[in-house]
Amino acid sequence: MNFLVQLTFLSPLIGGLLILGGTPARKTAIITTLIALVSALIVFLGYNRSAGGYQFLAALPLVRDWDLKFLIGIDGLSSTLLLLTSLVGIAAVWVSPTVGEGENRYYACILFIVAGAAGAFASLDLFFFYAFHELALIPTFLMIGIWGTGNRQSAAWKITIYLSIGSIILLVGLIGLYLLPPVPQRTFDIVKLQQLASSGAFSGSGSKSIYLLLLLGFGILVSLFPFHTWAPQAYASAPVPVAMLHAGVLKKFGLYGLLRVALPLMPEAARHWAWLLLILLAGNILYVGLATIAQKQLDLTLGYSSVMHMGYVFLGIASYNVIGLNGAALLMLAHGLSIAALFAMCGELRKQTGTLNYLDLGGLATNMPTLSFIFGLATFASIGLPGFANFASELLVFFGTFKNSTPGAGPNEFQIVGTIALWGVVISTVYMLRAYRAIFMGESQARWQGVRDMQAKPRWAVVLLVAALLVVGLAPRTVLDAIEPGIRLFVK
Amino acid sequence: MTFPPFCFELLVLALGILLLLMETFSGKQDRRRFAYVGIVGLGIVFLLLQASSPGPSGMASYVSDSAAIFFKKIVVLTTIVVLIMSIDYADTIRRFLAGGSGQSGLGEFFALPILTCAGMMWMSSAIDFILIFVSLELVTISFYVLVAYMRRNANSLEAGVKYLILSALSTGFTIYGITWIYGVTRQTNLTQIEQVLPGIPVENQPGLLFGALLVLVGLGFKIAAAPFQFWVPDVYQGAPTPITAFLSVGSKSVGFIVLLRVVQAFQSLPAVGNKLITAIILLAAATLLYGNLAALPQTNFKRLLAYSSIGHAGYLLIAVAGIGARDSGQAVVVYLAAYLLMTLLSFLVLVIVTAHGDGDDIVNFNGLGKRSPFLAFGLLVAMMSLAGVPLTAGFLGKFLVFKVAFETRQFFLIALGIITVGCGFYFYLKVVKAMYWQPATASVASIPVSKLSLAAIAIMVILIFVLGVFPQIALGLLP
Repeated sequence: MNFLVQLTFLSPLIGGLLILGGTPARKTAIITTLIALVSALIVFLGYNRSAGGYQFLAALPLVRDWDLKFLIGIDGLSSTLLLLTSLVGIAAVWVSPTVGEGENRYYACILFIVAGAAGAFASLDLFFFYAFHELALIPTFLMIGIWGTGNRQSAAWKITIYLSIGSIILLVGLIGLYLLPPVPQRTFDIVKLQQLASSGAFSGSGSKSIYLLLLLGFGILVSLFPFHTWAPQAYASAPVPVAMLHAGVLKKFGLYGLLRVALPLMPEAARHWAWLLLILLAGNILYVGLATIAQKQLDLTLGYSSVMHMGYVFLGIASYNVIGLNGAALLMLAHGLSIAALFAMCGELRKQTGTLNYLDLGGLATNMPTLSFIFGLATFASIGLPGFANFASELLVFFGTFKNSTPGAGPNEFQIVGTIALWGVVISTVYMLRAYRAIFMGESQARWQGVRDMQAKPRWAVVLLVAALLVVGLAPRTVLDAIEPGIRLFVK
Repeated sequence: MTFPPFCFELLVLALGILLLLMETFSGKQDRRRFAYVGIVGLGIVFLLLQASSPGPSGMASYVSDSAAIFFKKIVVLTTIVVLIMSIDYADTIRRFLAGGSGQSGLGEFFALPILTCAGMMWMSSAIDFILIFVSLELVTISFYVLVAYMRRNANSLEAGVKYLILSALSTGFTIYGITWIYGVTRQTNLTQIEQVLPGIPVENQPGLLFGALLVLVGLGFKIAAAPFQFWVPDVYQGAPTPITAFLSVGSKSVGFIVLLRVVQAFQSLPAVGNKLITAIILLAAATLLYGNLAALPQTNFKRLLAYSSIGHAGYLLIAVAGIGARDSGQAVVVYLAAYLLMTLLSFLVLVIVTAHGDGDDIVNFNGLGKRSPFLAFGLLVAMMSLAGVPLTAGFLGKFLVFKVAFETRQFFLIALGIITVGCGFYFYLKVVKAMYWQPATASVASIPVSKLSLAAIAIMVILIFVLGVFPQIALGLLP
């Protein structure tokens, strides 16, 4: 079974290399992402939930002096995210349009991004956990720069510089974390680090500043307010598969890092800095939420909305209790699926109508019935209507937030920010429904004569994502049962 | 197996002289064959080095410890790649040389780097200021000739003059510093100096510090540390490209090993040693900032690499400043090995592209991704590694440097490092942008690459990834 975990990132990686070597691009990409999806599914179902902990471990020792090894393994959280990665991965390959020249580079880059994300989620070693994620940076840069739309060059620079600075801050934080225990106990092994943490190795005075570095580094990677300005423009200009993969999967790396490394190792520091995180995430929800309402183009609306929704995940993380963290983890999955589906359909709209401006669009429901129906589903998912995974997870996040109270002591900072965040739901309803009205409702217009409804290729990819949202939304326990034991390990 | 002292240096020297003799007696045949002789000869020396093991050398002024052997390997490998580049560059050299036969002067162009190589090998083993100075001069004087080699080219001549004057000045600083140190300690041998230092009376310590700082100035010139970096951009741009590569890798590596040995020796007297470290921290900060900020607006690829070479000297100096940490020497060595691979790879691709194009501006790389996917991929890997993307050799170097800085609590340098790494991403990716985003400007034909260069590029690309993914290989080679 161990090799199945490795297949989730090795398969796309080898696929990318094969494509560069000259195999037919699209076929290879679909086959390798399908292999990754099947392995991720088997791993997710094969994870022994009653036993909990890390499973399917496989290690290749590298530097004994540093206790550095290539350690692969999963728990409930990472197997869920691997499933997300491979689902969005295959969908992103599936919706990819016909590329004329340089088709092999196009598909190879997508596969490298998928491999980078999957590798980061499957690694249980700080070094490779970090390395895999950053490896996805260069293909992203190339793809936005070559095949992007609109102001692609500036978008590509912005995302690359922002993320590289975020990554290097993160690297410094991780090095600090590694150096915190005394020499003989130093290790890059996350499993061992978590055992060390229970003996108090990371509760020293240095841990607070190191946690801050990690929060800042991971935060930049997740577009935490006020470091979010790279995201909307980059997603708007990126080619559809990159927007899907980055907003859907890669951005979750920072949140995953907080849940996997920062919180379990330094719980005291996490509580210490909760106030800061609460202020910043209120910025994500309120400021970016209002900015989203002001957008006049679908791609920017989606870009901003994905930044805004990160606020809820941060809220769950800040609440630091089992319910809130469960909600945060589930929301990562839910948001990844819904935003990927929305970006896929956004790309389809652009291809058919040539514009994403709300003033130019309108009345498309009659011309594109399937697209408008599925887009409606994804819209409701994104708002958080019951039945979709987003609802279940946002509900958990709110429960988790309001749980942090002392009866009779008046509202504390969690309740204040929680109340603000509740209004955020209204904000997201406003901008999503406005977008839906502007695009699909109204009189059917003569100039949409030539517009065709969604074809089979993109349709199946989007249906796959929305179906997954519904399944998880109707039975959230399928995922939560896997995630929860891991969270209970470090939250009392 | 231990070899007698000087044996590798003398072998390389003999090889260089052999090439000069062949030049004299070989009539009109193609001089490029000489380069193959040189490559094979150096390859044999490399294998011998591989077989040699560290041990006592039996000489007071010469060590053959593992660091010395490692640096000798670096130098020999660099020279081999420089010779490979020189073969591709021969036409350009020929164009800027006077003389009718079309072959005259080429032989020396292949022989001189080998003599320089011998000097650098001596330098990596030297632990006596006299031997350090003599080998330094052997290196520098051959560089005077090599930098100004294209005598019909004004840029090359300008570079030669600048290098001559500033290098002579820095040599003056070094020798003056050595005399001060000798005046205080009555020793020129670094091991002896290390032993007598703790007994130096307080009133003599300022003189000692003065001498050490002067030596630092001279070495700062060699390793291109700010504020002694003024010569770098012009000389790098004007010199023949293979020589630029040689300067930026070989000259810098041996500069760093001498610096490490000197700083190490002075650690036995903390009163002076710590002040020396403070000076190095200041140098590191200035070098990091200058190299990386000044690289931002560059449009010429050779100048970009010149500033990048200054910037990397900054990261290396961070590691030297952390000499108290356990892994400081290791960090320097790994960083240099990585730097060697990625810089030589960039220069090799540069030589091939300029040999078939119009110039060495970044614009000339436009559309390379479509013209020659393999060359572009090689340069992409080099740029990723220089910028410090994980799973490449360059990342491993940066990782170790930041680790050393953290261990020695150099938080100021870490903060600077974060900013400069961000800058690095910008200016290295500028080249990537030109290759992949921009359409080709002039010619769209694929660039012919010789089999030897192809193999060299492939090997370096593989090595960059191997070192990045399996750090134990790099660490296993080390002291």
